[in-house]
Amino acid sequence: MGTKELMKPKNGNNFTKLFRNQIFIPLAALLLLALFNLIADPSFFKITLGYNNMGNPVLSGFLVTILDSGSEVAILAIGMTLVTAATGGQDISVGAAVAIAGSVLLRVLCGHDTRPETLQVPIIVGFLVCCVVAMLFGVFNGVLVAYFKIQPMVATLILYTAGRSIAAWINNNELPIVNEPSFGYFGGFIPGIPIPTPFFIAIICMIVIGLVLKFTNLRLYTQAVGINENSSRLNGLNPQIIKVLSFVILGLCVAVVGLIKTSRVSSINYSVIAKDIEMDAILAVALGGNALGGGKFNMTASIIGAYVIQFLTQTLFKFNVKSTALPAYKAVVVIVLVVISAPVVREWFSATMKKLKTKEAA
Amino acid sequence: MGNESALLEMRNIHKSFPGVRALQGVDFTLRAGEVHALMGENGAGKSTLIKVLTGVSGYVKDEGTISLEGKAASIRSPQDAQKVGISTVYQEITLCPNLSVAENMYIGRTQSVYQNWKKMNADTEKILRSLEIPATATQQLESCSIAVQQMIAIARAVDMDCKVLILDEPTSSLDEQEVAKLFKLMRDLKKRGVGIIFVTHFLDQVYEICDRITVMRDGKLVGEYEIKDLPRVKLVSAMLGKELDDMADIQSEQKAYERKKDMVPVFEAEGLVSDAGIKPFNFHIDKGEVNGFTGLLGSGRSESVRAIFGADRVLGGKVKKDGKEIKISKPIDAMRNGIAYLPEDRKIDGIVGDLSVRDNLILAQQVLKGFFKPFSKAEANKFADEYIKLLSIKTASADTPIKSLSGGNQQKVILARWLLTHPDYLILDEPTRGIDVGTKVDIQKLVLKLASEGMSVTFISSEMDEMLRTCSRLIVMRDRKVVGELSGDELNQTTIMNTIAGGDR
Amino acid sequence: MSSNNKTSASGGLGNKFKNMTDTNLLLTITIVVFLLMYIGAVVFLGSGFRKPQTFFNILNAQAALIILSCGMSLVMITKGIDISVGGVTALVCMCCAVYLDFHNGNVFMAVVIALAIGLAFGVVQGFLIAYLEIQPFIVTLAGMFFARGMTTIVNTDPFNVQNEAFVALKGTRIVIPGMGSVNKLGNYVNAYIEIGVIVALVVVAVLFVVLKWTKLGRQFYAVGGNAQSAMMLGINVKRTKFLAHLLCGLLAGIGGFVYFMHVGSGSPSHAVGAEMNAIASSIIGGTMLTGGVGNIFGTFVGVLSLSTIQNIVSSAGLDDAWWTGITIAAMLCLFLIVQSVVISRKKK
Repeated sequence: MGTKELMKPKNGNNFTKLFRNQIFIPLAALLLLALFNLIADPSFFKITLGYNNMGNPVLSGFLVTILDSGSEVAILAIGMTLVTAATGGQDISVGAAVAIAGSVLLRVLCGHDTRPETLQVPIIVGFLVCCVVAMLFGVFNGVLVAYFKIQPMVATLILYTAGRSIAAWINNNELPIVNEPSFGYFGGFIPGIPIPTPFFIAIICMIVIGLVLKFTNLRLYTQAVGINENSSRLNGLNPQIIKVLSFVILGLCVAVVGLIKTSRVSSINYSVIAKDIEMDAILAVALGGNALGGGKFNMTASIIGAYVIQFLTQTLFKFNVKSTALPAYKAVVVIVLVVISAPVVREWFSATMKKLKTKEAA
Repeated sequence: MGNESALLEMRNIHKSFPGVRALQGVDFTLRAGEVHALMGENGAGKSTLIKVLTGVSGYVKDEGTISLEGKAASIRSPQDAQKVGISTVYQEITLCPNLSVAENMYIGRTQSVYQNWKKMNADTEKILRSLEIPATATQQLESCSIAVQQMIAIARAVDMDCKVLILDEPTSSLDEQEVAKLFKLMRDLKKRGVGIIFVTHFLDQVYEICDRITVMRDGKLVGEYEIKDLPRVKLVSAMLGKELDDMADIQSEQKAYERKKDMVPVFEAEGLVSDAGIKPFNFHIDKGEVNGFTGLLGSGRSESVRAIFGADRVLGGKVKKDGKEIKISKPIDAMRNGIAYLPEDRKIDGIVGDLSVRDNLILAQQVLKGFFKPFSKAEANKFADEYIKLLSIKTASADTPIKSLSGGNQQKVILARWLLTHPDYLILDEPTRGIDVGTKVDIQKLVLKLASEGMSVTFISSEMDEMLRTCSRLIVMRDRKVVGELSGDELNQTTIMNTIAGGDR
Repeated sequence: MSSNNKTSASGGLGNKFKNMTDTNLLLTITIVVFLLMYIGAVVFLGSGFRKPQTFFNILNAQAALIILSCGMSLVMITKGIDISVGGVTALVCMCCAVYLDFHNGNVFMAVVIALAIGLAFGVVQGFLIAYLEIQPFIVTLAGMFFARGMTTIVNTDPFNVQNEAFVALKGTRIVIPGMGSVNKLGNYVNAYIEIGVIVALVVVAVLFVVLKWTKLGRQFYAVGGNAQSAMMLGINVKRTKFLAHLLCGLLAGIGGFVYFMHVGSGSPSHAVGAEMNAIASSIIGGTMLTGGVGNIFGTFVGVLSLSTIQNIVSSAGLDDAWWTGITIAAMLCLFLIVQSVVISRKKK
């Protein structure tokens, strides 16, 4: 696409194209936030190199935190984008599902002993088990949505209600602690590399989904089902399976975030882990300019959206907004976004624009 | 406006939707105490006219006047229509399935805050009994049969002391006895001076109950006739748009198709039946043959081909492809067996609106190829360019969302989608509806060309001359049954119309 | 409702069952399930469940939830949903607490504040949902986060209200004569309910009447059953939806104050997950998410079922908090699937 744009002679054309591009919305938001911080307090952008208590070089600063915690949301946004596109609804159980995934991971790693000296199985095995479990919960949600035709948000309400309880139940409500230092790498730093690992994990996820979108028909099928289920069925697709698949992929994303989250503390807190992260993931999808009613999607825009949200969060932190008060500000952003993108508002807007133009002409 | 007894007058009504001129200067006059049939094929504009008259949102007329009893009436919502005395029973039942029969009779009509169940139920029982509707007032609407629901909708409309009663295909779900009851009711209303607009596709019923007929075609008025001046065959020809005399001698351009004795049909169906309410039917098509299903709207022609493609749930019957028995339970099964189906409703079943022309074009072939084998961008572009040129599709680029194309060009993209799968057997359900004349001819030519190259095609169209020009064999349907098969010399306007019309007039 | 059954009484039990409206069918299921559960608890778990006060305690503890669930049922009947009720409850508690203690306010004004907050949420959410046609879930999810965030902005830390008038109100117990029991020390203890229970019962009664015997009430059902048809039948669909969400917001305000009277404190963690319990109660009480079917009395029984289950879970020795979540979710899942099956069967 890029080359095509360059070949166009007019510069103005390029600009309008960018303006219409879906990525424009999150990018503009990002730029606006950056500009705001630059004017309000440039120290926001300060990055310092220090050493953590293990003697590893680590970078710190607001920007690093954005890359670090934004990555969790970005990973979930990948799955949430697909679920949104295919079903026209959102999965609100991802936070609870992360708790389950993390709990399963710790259970497999620690076995019956809650504080083993050595891990019972290699981390990779634990992670694979946790992926399978998270995907199964994805299937559960997907089946409720696709076959029982329950609205996605309501269907996932079940897991939302039960998820954290299930997570606690898996470990008998005990809090296993992992002593293995390498387990901490996933949510912290790999020795010698000063950039937080979650960012690398997010990059890997992005590459994987990029390859999947390139080498399979996931994008075409998901969009077709989301836009016109009837028509896709008559073109030989099975809309139910596509919907379930989108929930399964989200399940994988959940497992990865479960790994990062538990690695951060080498343990788990069932009621706090990944709390309200579903809101951020949904917001990322919306901020990326994707229609919450399903259909066409832009993965890159969603991922940028995720980092924009973290940027917003950090900016609010910088201005001493308490973490508990954050949801109020985010809620305002959500409402503004959905109001702007509501078809009724858009119609009204274009109608008034037309009226104004005719008035000017007259 | 001279006519003294005119109850309702619509003059010069215009209504356009993006890309479609649904009504173009239609006049309609209804007298008090008459039953007036409104006839026309699909897309003729009957439903649009009725929606304009009843103030359905989104159907505000662009131009024209409506007057009731000589006074200009402004109708902006269904509530307005009810207030001025226009009651409507729509084709789809517009009642609330979760409420009781009595509530459905009275909701939205009373002004009082308090709901008097006792009186409401008693009144409803009275009405139900007087109209002999087999339901109780307290029954949940959903638990009634569709026919009873339809009768209840009519009862509601009648009970509102309306001056104008519009019945939009009310009889499609009623059996003979129920129709008789309805007609008795309509005669009573006539006596009371109510004007009734009756939309139906059943010709027998028109001649049984109606006084006058207005015929529409392609959004325009064809004419208004006294029933005695318009025999059946003339009515059919007015609806289909050809004067009988002009057409009697148009013969099929295609040579009568000669079937070799030992030939194995490309596709064969025996006792095929789906859940869409058609009677089981037999069907076959040979290599290189073009045949067609014909019949009026609602006769079951679309449902038949949908059953062949597995688009509706198939309930029974045997199907064979090239002599081998196969099983088609969903569209992909049919596609894998080389069958392609261009659906009747382009918007609902055809296009994937927000996707580009290119994606829409490759969709079916892509699904056949498999999830893990996407076409490369170059391949997809090649296909898109090739077919855009081949069918001369007018689009800004292959990247344009299909929904921004005109109807005819959208149809060509969908056609290209199926041609790309290189099917042995292509089903085209109303491929030319709502598209311009030039494109129509293009599509007809294409069908004949494809057939000469060995493809089998089933063609459905509301336009008789199109069918005559393309098909060498016609399967005629009436009332969801196959009632005849015409080929050779029988393929002429008169025979076809007589077969469609049935009866003896 | 009773007239419905009388007319078909001659038709025998099977016929009676067939002719039932969805609303009555689901209500019957709910009541039967609840009675079986409670009787089962009395028989198998014994002692505690035999005392009337156990039942009254359920009412005392769940009065607020009953009110919230009524609002939820209302919007669910019109095919909407409201996730914000729990958040609004917490916000109401905190605002009233801060007003009473820090500003030395009077109880009457606190009630006004509670109602105003609820009404404000109802109006804004209702407008966005009904007139701008934005998905109810997204709107009210944002509403919930806004309310939760605002709660901590008003005051971060939880605290108990010391205002004398309020404490007196909170402690008021309405004695139910003749239902008391003898405690371990051999003293007779009167059975009692709190004021909140009276409020809840009044709300249930009023809404029951509104839904059953007023034009507006029936319009809620019509809109939820088929909005398109309702419009064709001459109902103002947008206004009806708006009113439903407005009422739900107002009820969240009332429920918030009842909750406040029960706990007597302000805290950001108040009523966490109350919206989910309200939805679960409504569904268990026979309200369908697909709209058009539901009954306020069923919702009332739904709340009782939910808390009885919780009591049974804890009495059965499964005293871990997570069992509650799992049992509620399991019950929810079961009822959702039952509804989905009921719908698909009816369609055939």
